[in-house]
Amino acid sequence: MSAALQEVAEGFSARFRKLAPRLPGSAEARQRAASAFRARGFPDTRDEAFRFTNLRPLADVSFAEPDGADEAALALLARVPANEGPRLVFANGRFRAERSRLPEGFHVASFADEPMLDGAVADESAPLTVLNTMLAEDGAVISVPEGVDAGTLVLVSLGAGEAGRAVDFHPRHRVILAAGARLALIEIALGEGVYLHNPVMEATLGVESRLLHVKLQNESTRAFHLSSLHVGLDARATYEGFSLVSGARLARSEIHADIEGAGAMLAMNVAQLLDGERHADITAVIRHLAPGGSSRQAVKNVLTGRAQGVFQGKIAVDRVAQKTDGYQMNQALLLSDEAQVNSKPELEIFADDVKCSHGATVGALDPEQLFYLRSRGVPGREARAILVRAFLAEMIETIPHEWGRSVLENAVDSWWKDRPV
Amino acid sequence: MALLEIEGLCAEVEGKPILRGIDLALPIGEVHAIMGPNGSGKSTLAYVLSGREGYTVTGGSVRFAGQDLLAMEPEERAAAGLFLAFQYPVELPGVGNANFLRTALNAVRRARGEKEIDAINFLKEARAALRRLSMADEMLKRNVNVGFSGGEKKRNEVFQMALLKPRLAILDETDSGLDIDALKIVAEGVNALRGKDFSALVITHYQRLLDHIVPDRVHVLSAGRIVRSGGPELAKALEASGYAGLAAEAA
Repeated sequence: MSAALQEVAEGFSARFRKLAPRLPGSAEARQRAASAFRARGFPDTRDEAFRFTNLRPLADVSFAEPDGADEAALALLARVPANEGPRLVFANGRFRAERSRLPEGFHVASFADEPMLDGAVADESAPLTVLNTMLAEDGAVISVPEGVDAGTLVLVSLGAGEAGRAVDFHPRHRVILAAGARLALIEIALGEGVYLHNPVMEATLGVESRLLHVKLQNESTRAFHLSSLHVGLDARATYEGFSLVSGARLARSEIHADIEGAGAMLAMNVAQLLDGERHADITAVIRHLAPGGSSRQAVKNVLTGRAQGVFQGKIAVDRVAQKTDGYQMNQALLLSDEAQVNSKPELEIFADDVKCSHGATVGALDPEQLFYLRSRGVPGREARAILVRAFLAEMIETIPHEWGRSVLENAVDSWWKDRPV
Repeated sequence: MALLEIEGLCAEVEGKPILRGIDLALPIGEVHAIMGPNGSGKSTLAYVLSGREGYTVTGGSVRFAGQDLLAMEPEERAAAGLFLAFQYPVELPGVGNANFLRTALNAVRRARGEKEIDAINFLKEARAALRRLSMADEMLKRNVNVGFSGGEKKRNEVFQMALLKPRLAILDETDSGLDIDALKIVAEGVNALRGKDFSALVITHYQRLLDHIVPDRVHVLSAGRIVRSGGPELAKALEASGYAGLAAEAA
């Protein structure tokens, strides 16, 4: 770790020592995380899991705890697409009950009131989760009882900080679906200025439950977004994720999934739209620990300027996980000469009767297709936008949730409007 | 007055000269056929006129409705009323045909200073055009040319032409790979547009299409030059004698 990054890590450790007496939840879990973070700090690029993503830019900023007013962040609520029905609003990591609408028929609380730190606590392989475990102050705790179809819940995270007074927040979200429960969770993260958003979401999916998770990461282009999702699936449970990454200066989205019950299904579909000097990393570790499970990872990058997109996807199949069906695909569309994509598939298979495959493609827009559109009168810029949307169509058009789909569609459209491509 | 005036047009592809001085005037309201053997430069002419990249004009000029065509971007040419029916229509996975057509139609309308068409009226127009071409409405729901048979692709080109209503259509071997029924549909599509505001360059290898789209003039292209021009009877003569004799004659 560079000396500068070491300093940032020490700042966070000092923050923990100051806050520890009033942090909610298991003090023991906190202490364990703090020791692990103190021992290891931030990973650097010598760490295989962070080979393509250097966290060094964090050291450009001096972070402070949000002051609790967070009015600038809250004002950004106007930018969030309106929805009817339940909505949880967080401003700089703090739950704002007065701007939220709680659901009926299932339980939602704030982490500050009902802290749960029982899951991924100090897992050495997830240092960002360790940091979150050390500093988490708030979050959403969502629990859907057996057999209940909870409908749609929107989780909004707003961030705002200024260059000289950047803030960091580490919300801890917990989703528990009992057997046969269903939930469509639509997450929207956006902000303004400089801040670090380091959320962890732990999801426990009971037998035959189903979580549809749509996420728009549209953070400020000067912000840092380091998020970790830990999901455990019991028998025949389904996790279906669709996310669009179109914000943040530096982003890392980790997905750690454990297929613990037979016949569970996980699908993650991600698209990253990056320009300028931005960097975004999708790192997935899918562990098949039970037979007959399937997992599918499809990551699409659209890169322009000097942007860098990263996808690291690992499928680990345990000895007992026979008949596993694993698939991963990384496709990149490079719209400039200097854009870059790094792709690292990894298969670790200990069962003998499995089907696992991976693939990667990298290309530019097809000049024949561009000419075809232009010959029909569509101006070059619009033609490129149409082809990029077509590239993303597989990710966006298959979202089985109308409102969630429209949120991502509109985000793609406005990404184009804002850029002179 | 000529809608299209080509004078001394020379063009090369990857440094290789293909067009070696084409002179051609297409009067408003007329349909001309361009025939010629493989490699004579027929498709190159179509691409140069529509502005495809990779074709370098090394001499001559092209005026379209009084404008310098070669100085225009492909989309500007379309807005000015030029339409190329592709020999090999391009597949656009992830792009719905209806959306594609409405986007194209509105882009052209905007460029011409006309009002955009809304979704409902567009569908009305599109369905009417499909009926005229004996095509199923389902065509609108599919992705552009994806999974289309050769005949469907060509018909989709004619369908686009019917909606965009160009002043000049260039049909680049639209007859290749079509059975006789599809050929008739394509020909009817073109004939339906014929009139004082519509001109066409019909590029074809065979005389067959010209039985259905009877041209006002026929030009024979050989080694990048027009070596012969005449009435529709020239196409019939070529059918009988072949291009070989003609090339020898030209040399």
